[in-house]
Amino acid sequence: MTGPKVVIKQAAYILAHVPDLVRYGSKPEREIAAGRTELAELEKHLRSFDDAVAYPPNQVFIGNISPDDYADLQEPWHENLLRDKARYGPFGEIMPQDELYGIMKIWDQFDLIDLSPSFTSALNEQLAAHPLITAKDRERLGEGTPQEKIEKKVEKEKSLPLFHRGKLVGCINRAHDNDATLTAHVMLENLLTKVTGILVTRHLVRNASIEPEKIDYLLSCSEEAVGDRYNRGGGNMAKAIGEEAHCVNASGCDVKSFCAGTVLAIIHGAALISAGLFNEVIVVGGGSFSKIGMKFQGHMKHNMPILEDVLGGIAILLSTDDGASPVVNLASTGKHDISAGATAQAIYDALVIDPLQKLEMKITDVDKFAVELHNPEVTLPMGSGNVPLTNYKTIAAMAAMRGEIGREELSEFIRLRGMPGFSPTQGHIASAVPYLGHSLKLIADGKINNTLFAAKGSLFLGRMTHLADGVSFLLEKNSGKD
Amino acid sequence: MLNGVKVIAYGERDGIQGPSIAACLEAAGADVIYQVTECFV
Repeated sequence: MTGPKVVIKQAAYILAHVPDLVRYGSKPEREIAAGRTELAELEKHLRSFDDAVAYPPNQVFIGNISPDDYADLQEPWHENLLRDKARYGPFGEIMPQDELYGIMKIWDQFDLIDLSPSFTSALNEQLAAHPLITAKDRERLGEGTPQEKIEKKVEKEKSLPLFHRGKLVGCINRAHDNDATLTAHVMLENLLTKVTGILVTRHLVRNASIEPEKIDYLLSCSEEAVGDRYNRGGGNMAKAIGEEAHCVNASGCDVKSFCAGTVLAIIHGAALISAGLFNEVIVVGGGSFSKIGMKFQGHMKHNMPILEDVLGGIAILLSTDDGASPVVNLASTGKHDISAGATAQAIYDALVIDPLQKLEMKITDVDKFAVELHNPEVTLPMGSGNVPLTNYKTIAAMAAMRGEIGREELSEFIRLRGMPGFSPTQGHIASAVPYLGHSLKLIADGKINNTLFAAKGSLFLGRMTHLADGVSFLLEKNSGKD
Repeated sequence: MLNGVKVIAYGERDGIQGPSIAACLEAAGADVIYQVTECFV
């Protein structure tokens, strides 16, 4: 039993290229501190912004290449960069590092960021060309902080230096001198999540041609832990993002379940609309900084560029029925119950078989499955496997076990109903939702009728339970106004 | 088959998770002294 239909009108995606922040990623920072990796060696494997833009998976992420066309491109992708590349795409953009530092300064409300005068001046000029950064935004860049003051803060006040192309251009400061949850490093993580969330929300609002004042509610599914020592993880990144995205009539809260958080937030948002509480809800996920450079050792070992050099951001607009946009089918969503079991089969029983059965549908009635869409070129060099392919094999095997396809049709099932991974390994960003923008377009163009989005969350990483989580929903063509 | 064998089971999120490995080995008589699942992506 469900209420009125809920549609997804738009999805936006951004990447932010952060080569000089790779050293502060959780894994690289620990390896450098332990003396197992030389910073100078790591820096030899950093990519230029142009190479990050020309990298095929990144172009799929921002919507310039379809997943079907991507599947035909020559691998390895990092050696077959695109000649026809663009910073902007129909879903969003790839932002260079200097501009990212600029929006960190602009949207910092607590004097956390200091940038040098010369860097600030150049940035002011550069950001004037950005379609979503206003003159009023740029006023917040200020005049800059003298270089010697930045050096003093780094030396004496535990500020973290910010480099651009190897040169010191600023710093990020701690927010308290005696609180482990407000150190410069934690503030860097949280501020990066916030600014990538704001940027992608601004893209979403513009692409959807909706006034931000019309948004009623925001749900953040970002993977960070905002709070002080008495409220670690207290959260509500959603309102912090909504404020700077001009959603002044909205409130918000956070929905978290590790990588499953985004799909879970979509279902929560759809339920709030269907129940009649709100008309327009944004689900937003900012970037996950700690994962930057996580598998850098595998990339260096194979003499590859460090591919985990981009933060992601995703924003989704849910709305009451407009009679045209694809519908979130709330009659049957998938959930992984506490008693369901931990095998891959048990998880996909809960996320695929059970919800489809309630809708009297077969696996082969689903045109596309969106699963964990991590770029395999990032994971394979570190021995972490091809995650999307593993998931697609499980679904295909279940279709074969149920007699819906023959055993000889497994590969064709995966080719037709799956796709190669193209997402940065950014947790909640990579989990099923990177395909949402493409799916909205293909459904609107009449090329597919539906997509099943299935996401999993690694709850066990927090050491409170051995359980995993999983959640799914079916996005369908709109049959018109009820 | 594994009576008296003490086991540490490391599972993987998208492969075989810790509880599944532990259940199989316990069924074969092993003593699972620690099991955990990690995510490597």
